[in-house]
Amino acid sequence: MAQALLEVEKLNVAYGRAHVLFDLDLALGRGEVLALLGRNGAGKSTTLKAIIGLLRAQSGAIRFEGARIDGAAAHAVARLGIGYVPEDRRIFAELTVAENLDVARQKPRPGAPYWTPEALYALFPNLAEMRRRPGGRMSGGEQQMLTIARTLMGNPLLLLLDEPSEGLAPKIVEAMADTILRLKAEGLTVLLSEQNLHFAARVADRAAIIEKGRIRYGGTMAALIADEAAQHAYLSA
Amino acid sequence: MDFVVIQLLNGLASASSLFLVACGLSIIFGVTRIVNFAHGSFYMLGAYIAYSLVELLPRTPLGFWGGVALAALAVGAIGGAVEIALLKRIYRAPELFQLLATFGVVLVVADLALKIWGAEELLAPRPPGLRGAVMILGRAFPQYDLLLIAVGPVVLAALWLLFHRTRWGALVRAATQDRDMVAALGVNQGRLFTGVFFLGSLLAGLGGALQLPREAANLQMDLSTIAEAFVITVVGGMGSIAGAYVAALLVAVLQAFGIVVFPKITLVLIFLVMAVVLAFRPYGLFGRAAAEPRAAGAEAQPLGAGDGRAWRWVVPGLALLAVLPPLAGGYAVSVVTEIVILALFAASLHFMMGPGGMPSFGHAAFFGLGAYGAALAARDVGAPMLLGLAVAPVAAALLALACGWFCVRLSGVYLAMLTLAVAQIVWSVAFQWTGITGGDNGILGVWPADWARGKTVFYLLTLLLCGGSLWLLRRIVFAPFGAALRGGRDAPRRAEASGIDLTAVRWTGFVIAALFAGLAGGLFAYSKGSVFPTYIAISRSIDALLMVLLGGIGTLAGPPVGAVVFVGLQEEISRYTDLWRLLLGLVIITLVVAFPEGIAGFAARWRRRAEGAT
Ligand SMILES: Nc1ncnc2c1ncn2[C@@H]1O[C@H](COP(=O)(O)OP(=O)(O)O)[C@@H](O)[C@H]1O
Ligand SMILES: [Mg+2]
Repeated sequence: MAQALLEVEKLNVAYGRAHVLFDLDLALGRGEVLALLGRNGAGKSTTLKAIIGLLRAQSGAIRFEGARIDGAAAHAVARLGIGYVPEDRRIFAELTVAENLDVARQKPRPGAPYWTPEALYALFPNLAEMRRRPGGRMSGGEQQMLTIARTLMGNPLLLLLDEPSEGLAPKIVEAMADTILRLKAEGLTVLLSEQNLHFAARVADRAAIIEKGRIRYGGTMAALIADEAAQHAYLSA
Repeated sequence: MDFVVIQLLNGLASASSLFLVACGLSIIFGVTRIVNFAHGSFYMLGAYIAYSLVELLPRTPLGFWGGVALAALAVGAIGGAVEIALLKRIYRAPELFQLLATFGVVLVVADLALKIWGAEELLAPRPPGLRGAVMILGRAFPQYDLLLIAVGPVVLAALWLLFHRTRWGALVRAATQDRDMVAALGVNQGRLFTGVFFLGSLLAGLGGALQLPREAANLQMDLSTIAEAFVITVVGGMGSIAGAYVAALLVAVLQAFGIVVFPKITLVLIFLVMAVVLAFRPYGLFGRAAAEPRAAGAEAQPLGAGDGRAWRWVVPGLALLAVLPPLAGGYAVSVVTEIVILALFAASLHFMMGPGGMPSFGHAAFFGLGAYGAALAARDVGAPMLLGLAVAPVAAALLALACGWFCVRLSGVYLAMLTLAVAQIVWSVAFQWTGITGGDNGILGVWPADWARGKTVFYLLTLLLCGGSLWLLRRIVFAPFGAALRGGRDAPRRAEASGIDLTAVRWTGFVIAALFAGLAGGLFAYSKGSVFPTYIAISRSIDALLMVLLGGIGTLAGPPVGAVVFVGLQEEISRYTDLWRLLLGLVIITLVVAFPEGIAGFAARWRRRAEGAT
């Protein structure tokens, strides 16, 4: 791989005294979709939060386009071109759909797709019909669309997607997969946290498996699909 | 009928500036989660600065309104500067330390205002062009007040537009719900917070400036305003602007009628309204549970069960305490007596805030009730001192038993506000019920029994009672009851699941805290020989909070350390300068920035680190 867009090196994170991530290593090349797979509580969300800067690392390094970003404030990390989509969606319930998009607006970023509300309404036609509806009065699937659209307003180079398929109806999961493939086609790099192997298999190029805060497996998605032993050991419940 | 209308209009006119100051407080809290005690000081500054500007500028309508606008802007700038210089450094500190820092600002502003504007009340004339009155139903009503009535809705509308029609406003609303998410979307919270502080302070300053022709600027405005503003935000619901308006109307109109119908209890009325609203709607009329910050005591470190090493020093320490001050002479004995009493007062507050996780802004209610209980027993029943000292804790505990029923159902800021309300009610009773309490003149001649009249004997008695009480409090904290209390603080669901009746535990804890505060109050009454309403005033509750927070919430050694530092600072500083509040404020601010976990907490961590190194 040429220079990686994102590199995580020996990352350790703790909540108070509870050590959760242990010497975690990850690397993402430009334009790649990497699925970070693992069971509930394995440390997927913690990894993404540490990258965006919502959690402080105890030790280790996180590099984005070659520069250290660990220790930087979340807003500064976001402004470098990392978009974070939280697993619990965290829609601003009092704000309308249009306002949710507006507050996330950032300047156009060289090398990244440029998104306007109109372009996002075209990508998520459901949202276009409810621009003035408060975020709190949307269905789960609609909120999931909105939280992704909102993050795209920041014109990110790298998208951190935390379990986007969780709790969605199968048809919407399909649509979500299509959306992610569209974004990949636009040139976006995606770090996807998932428990749903089938969903990940549709969109990801490579897979890393995390278990109890340690990376246990790394390889192409195709190799993981073929490796039933690994699936069984780290993923099935 | 005409009387009703006029009183209604009077109420509406007062509501406007109440609304301005309360909604500023609410906006600041909503976004930054800081309970800004200095908000009343900003209101006061608005009034004083407007006074100076109106005096300076030409006596024309433009001069007056320009002065008001400039005063509001100046206060906004001061608020923004305080945010940048002070609060930015402590956003990650526990909530109560942020509170402490804003107390520091209150003290600094109070002394600066005294220095700059003097102790006299300053009243500005009504603006030219609005000096007259209009006849309403045959009664004269000031034109200026009519204008003020309009200000409330106008500002409400302007704020609505700001928050719903601008991106900045949407950002503020978003940050009120989830500020981390806002940051993750690339928004620099620091700038947003400064802006919010500017706006909130500007509104407070505007409120003070507009009120100037109706109410003279005075040095008591800071605390009386903050108390009212707290009540209004809590009644309306923290973070809700419309709620603040409705609550301001409710309170102001009730006050306008109350002053005519029950002149004796006007001061009580506003706090009664709050108590009633909170008892039925714990998050206020328009509030939501989500707006509540984390429980204030929750950041406390788990208490070390044994820390036996520190306790080895208690007996020799007590022996030294018993012997040294009497050797040092009468003055030292008086000072140390006061320290020991205040240490118990602080420890009783610490008991509810730390292990109990129940912050209080009104702990002086129990201290004062103890003092008055002892004084009344002595004066009216001729009770001997020891009986008086027994009445004190019982009186305080009875009050706590009554008001604890609804207080302990709340938590965090809401609980703190409700205790403040209780204290204000007790204070107004002491202040207004002159027949029994002597009002402002207090009750004099509360002297110890003959055998304890010597300073040293009384000191030793105090040391015995307070030392014993501290020991008891410590026993309670580590007894199963204390474990249940702490369990309820840290993991309420789990505690309830394991069969603990949390309400009963918290209620009992509340009563225990009041009991010891009452004893401290009784001792204080006998040591001073008199009681005054100031024993119950907000500033005394704040003193207790200061001592607890200075000492550190996470350690049982905190309150005595805090009391020593507090009294010591007060004594030392007032020896060199009459600006002792200013210096105390600066010291507090410095301490908060340097030791965000309190002095004893810092010492404990330092010791742990030293041990870890060896
Ligand atoms: N706020 C928190 N405080 C303490 N522990 C947490 C917190 N959030 C997550 N954890 C713990 O960290 C571990 C990893 O959690 P998380 O990263 O959310 O896992 P995943 O996203 O893979 O389901 C779990 O054991 C979880 O209990
Ligand atoms: Mg997760």
